[in-house]
Amino acid sequence: MLPFGAYVLVFLALPTALAVGSGFADGDGAFSLSAVTGLGDPVILKTFWNSVWLSALTAVLGVLLGAAVCYALLGMQPTGWLRTTVDAVAGVLAQFAGVPLAFAYIAAIGINGLVTVFLRDRFGLDLYATGTWLYEMPGLILPYLAFQVPLMVIVFLPALEGLKPQWAEANAILGGSRATYWWRIGLPVLLPSLTGSLLLLFANAFSAYATAAALISQGSQIVPLQIRGALSSETVLGRENLAGALALGMILVMALVMAGYSALERRASRWRR
Amino acid sequence: MTSTHHTTTPPALVPKAPRGRQSTRPASVSPRRTTRVIILSATALFLGTPIAALVGFTIRGGLDGGLTADHWLGLFSGDLGAAAKPLAAGVQNSLVLALVTVALMLVLLVPTMVLVRLHVPRWEKVIEFVCLLPLTIPAVALVVGLAPVFRVVAQIFGSSSWTLAFAYVILVLPFSYRAIHANLMAVDVPTLTQAARSLGASWFHVLWDVILPNLRRGILAASFISIAAVLGEFTIASLLSRTNLQTSLVLVAKQDPYLSNIVVVLSLVFALILLIVIGRVGNQPRRSRS
Repeated sequence: MLPFGAYVLVFLALPTALAVGSGFADGDGAFSLSAVTGLGDPVILKTFWNSVWLSALTAVLGVLLGAAVCYALLGMQPTGWLRTTVDAVAGVLAQFAGVPLAFAYIAAIGINGLVTVFLRDRFGLDLYATGTWLYEMPGLILPYLAFQVPLMVIVFLPALEGLKPQWAEANAILGGSRATYWWRIGLPVLLPSLTGSLLLLFANAFSAYATAAALISQGSQIVPLQIRGALSSETVLGRENLAGALALGMILVMALVMAGYSALERRASRWRR
Repeated sequence: MTSTHHTTTPPALVPKAPRGRQSTRPASVSPRRTTRVIILSATALFLGTPIAALVGFTIRGGLDGGLTADHWLGLFSGDLGAAAKPLAAGVQNSLVLALVTVALMLVLLVPTMVLVRLHVPRWEKVIEFVCLLPLTIPAVALVVGLAPVFRVVAQIFGSSSWTLAFAYVILVLPFSYRAIHANLMAVDVPTLTQAARSLGASWFHVLWDVILPNLRRGILAASFISIAAVLGEFTIASLLSRTNLQTSLVLVAKQDPYLSNIVVVLSLVFALILLIVIGRVGNQPRRSRS
């Protein structure tokens, strides 16, 4: 037990404290609010806003598309080959494919990507008529969806399968249709799970770094990329310890979202007893 | 976050208890076959196209079209350009990192979880909270504080690439915890321990010969999921200017995109196999233990 505690202290608690702490220090290590007040800079606020809307948009779309996939998988044998494969593919895409996803989208819809060339040659459609958007903010939406939808499948499928067959039987006996069942029973029971998943997906996109970093090599459009910029040159915008302040901002947003998520999950688990 | 493990547990990642409920679900609630096929094929098309393009790129014979296996044959014949050097280093570093991470994780986590379960069950919530904490603290934020910590680590252990494993153990904590926890819940540790102790086994004996064999599935799943996570890690390595598989891929992609895409395809297939094995291990019917 002791080694575990010491380890977590050194490699989790200490770095977190150092990251957050450095946000409250000036260049010489003395206490200072200059880095934190630097978060109010319009450029920084803009990157936080970019991160928030990118995360919110891909979270909403991820929840909708992912829930549809879960619905389609409902009633399949969990041990069958289709479910086992879907589980594994979702696991890889959602958790371990940051850089590969960037490469895959460059290969598909990059400037000489397969899909780009196909659309241009067959239909005369130019994906890049409005500029090279794949390597800017809008280009992140599709690759982000590629890990958001699988994550939704992973977290929401157990909730959907937790719906008790007795409720469906009761619905059928009372003369309810499939639509009545989902609208009157399924949706209300699943609502906390759905909202919780939405928050989790938001947090997931908000903290993602690899895909964006591999796709966008220049610039600091979202907070993680801004941290990259701040770490590689300590004095972005002439401010010291900006990376620490940005980390503090990220951790605050994440803590809020995850606290909401865990509250909703407790609410959702009422029906699973 | 303390009571969320049973719902956030990715099904592919932990051993599952057998479920038979689905077969009794009334047909009217499940989707119609057509609906099912439409949704699943649309998603497969949406998520599969980029992956297919990735594979397609590796067999493309230049911009004029045509297919070729040359890029793949080049990899297997060992006939590679200068671009392969950093990639080989990256692969090697990542494999070493995966090994060290798994070893450290198991040594730290398994005895702690077993002992807490046996002696101080009220601490289980604390352990769970700590293990799931890395989900809330983004790696890209953690790395800001890891930089000074690793300056000290470099003074003690040198700056070889394996030292990054100290950070990776933290990253894989949530996944490994869930895998081992699911297994631990299914084993009656106190009774097994009492039985072994009353037969005269030492504590080490109990842990090694009685508890560990019962935790095989969980340990296997935790190890595999950690390997997949370490091989896919980019954020910390990149921001601490270390070389691993993913950072070398990004580097090589600029010089030899064919090579980097082939290695990406191979790494994805490898991760997929790891997760399928985890799913299989979890789905095997348990031997009766009553």
